[in-house]
Amino acid sequence: MMAALDEEARVTTARPAADRRRPGPSTAAWVQSALLVVMALISLVPLLAIFVGTFQDGNEVIRRGMTFDVDLGTLSLDNYVLLFTDSGPYFRWFANTLLLTIAQVAGTLLVSSFVAYGFAMYEFRTKTLWFIMVLLVMTVPFEMLMLPLYVQVNDMGLADTYTVIVLPFLASAVTIFFFRQYFLGIPKEIIEAGRVDGVSEFGIFFRLVLPITRPAMAAMAILNGMLCWNNFLWPLLVLRSPDKFTLPIGLNTLLTPYGNNYELLIIGAFFSLIPILILFLAFQRFFIEGITAGAVKG
Amino acid sequence: MKQLLYSKRLAPYLFILPFLVTLAVFWVVPLGRSFVMSTQEVLYGQGTFIGLDNYERLWRDRIFWQALFNSMRYMILTLVLLIPIPLVLAALVNSSIGSARIKGFFKASMFVPALTSVVVAGIVFRLIFAESDSAMMNQVAEIFGFGPVRWLRSDLTGLTALLAIALWRWTGVNMMYFLAGMQAIPTEYYEAASIDGASKFRQFIHITIPNIRPTIVYVVTISVYGGLAMFLESFMLYAGNNSPNNQGLTVVGYLYRKGIEENDLGFASAVGVVLLVIVMTINICYLAASGTFKKEAA
Repeated sequence: MMAALDEEARVTTARPAADRRRPGPSTAAWVQSALLVVMALISLVPLLAIFVGTFQDGNEVIRRGMTFDVDLGTLSLDNYVLLFTDSGPYFRWFANTLLLTIAQVAGTLLVSSFVAYGFAMYEFRTKTLWFIMVLLVMTVPFEMLMLPLYVQVNDMGLADTYTVIVLPFLASAVTIFFFRQYFLGIPKEIIEAGRVDGVSEFGIFFRLVLPITRPAMAAMAILNGMLCWNNFLWPLLVLRSPDKFTLPIGLNTLLTPYGNNYELLIIGAFFSLIPILILFLAFQRFFIEGITAGAVKG
Repeated sequence: MKQLLYSKRLAPYLFILPFLVTLAVFWVVPLGRSFVMSTQEVLYGQGTFIGLDNYERLWRDRIFWQALFNSMRYMILTLVLLIPIPLVLAALVNSSIGSARIKGFFKASMFVPALTSVVVAGIVFRLIFAESDSAMMNQVAEIFGFGPVRWLRSDLTGLTALLAIALWRWTGVNMMYFLAGMQAIPTEYYEAASIDGASKFRQFIHITIPNIRPTIVYVVTISVYGGLAMFLESFMLYAGNNSPNNQGLTVVGYLYRKGIEENDLGFASAVGVVLLVIVMTINICYLAASGTFKKEAA
């Protein structure tokens, strides 16, 4: 055992010296970098295509598809002019989506962290049972629930409201799971100190614990914000009135075979990406943390 | 009231109450009703008990079997593509060689597609896989000496387009899952192995894979669920729930057609129940086979 540790120490100290001796990146490193760059570019092609598409004639793009063979002479800012002067309901959809996203994120963070605190900080008899339910809910895809839930909310008279888009998902299983993991890492002394000072159980949560959960909040705000901004299936089922449409629903209505608004379709789709892309560039770490949340070992 | 706020025995239940209510109102009751409705003929909200007639109808329904075949096929192919490829890419990114900056660019570029809504992804891929000979995929096909292909008109080429969407959107996310797992492996393992003269490939097989097994189990599980529940990708690619000879119809698509479009709630509920049973069976088998239950109990 000691010998192995010695060996290890030698290897780790030896490494920088070996690196220094090397003149530059090895062939393997070059091949690896080339491969990664090529794959990254392929991955970006669809987004570049839609960006270029915003400068092209919409009907032409729909008729001929997106092409590598772009005729630079035909590019124009016409679609941008259209978007900002005569885009009909587009910015209404945009505002609706923004409002809904803010409401959903705020609600989900509050309710889910509240629930997670119960799972993380207390021992009670049926805890395991209910936590298994969280895990079950977390893994069952919404597609399997959509029909009965749709029937249910129709009966409750909640169809075509924003309430029904938000309400079933406030206690979000993934978010609960993530916050629980985070709370488990908080020292119990904080809570005991709060109790000694005569703070109520809920006061401890709101005044002592919530303020120190900011990193977890950021990751979950990003995850839920993105899911809500892109949410399509559930709003597609429950929304009826065009003035309540969100971006994905609205854009989908533009994609009909008899459409006469294809200019707006391409540029509208592109602009719907912009808020998320900006957030991603600013908070990349939280995106990755949030979206890979489920994989933390539990 | 004061006692309620300070009770340590009651507090956990009050904390998890929002989840319990959500579970009851939006999960248990709708799913329970779904089982009941699957044994009924539902007309204008009135259900009449008809026993297992819906299931019998389902058994003899050629289109249902086709949809099930399509979903299964898609699920298996996404597993075949979206586990090994991201694994290898994660290993490349995790290797000690290569520039950190290129790796950062690569990770970000691979991750960005996951930020797009299925609506935007569907619009773009519909246009990349357009029929005209100048559309991107046909230009690629031409390089390889065939085409132009009418991608969305026949079965296997349509499936190719669906798989392209899945690859584009999820390679980066799965890679991040695996990468997070790999970064948790102590570097000593690799150092010890290289002292013993194990090649990079052998290290990957004998150290990396076994050590990120929980992550692999997780990714496979969500991919099985996601694959079998696929609907929107097809819905967007074919600009609606109808595709030539139902080549893009999935089980959830069929559920949507019967339940939402044709309002045949009893029959659609039976479709939903069968799907739920299939998914649960596959996952319980898989989790049992991979020893997850044993570890959870320990």
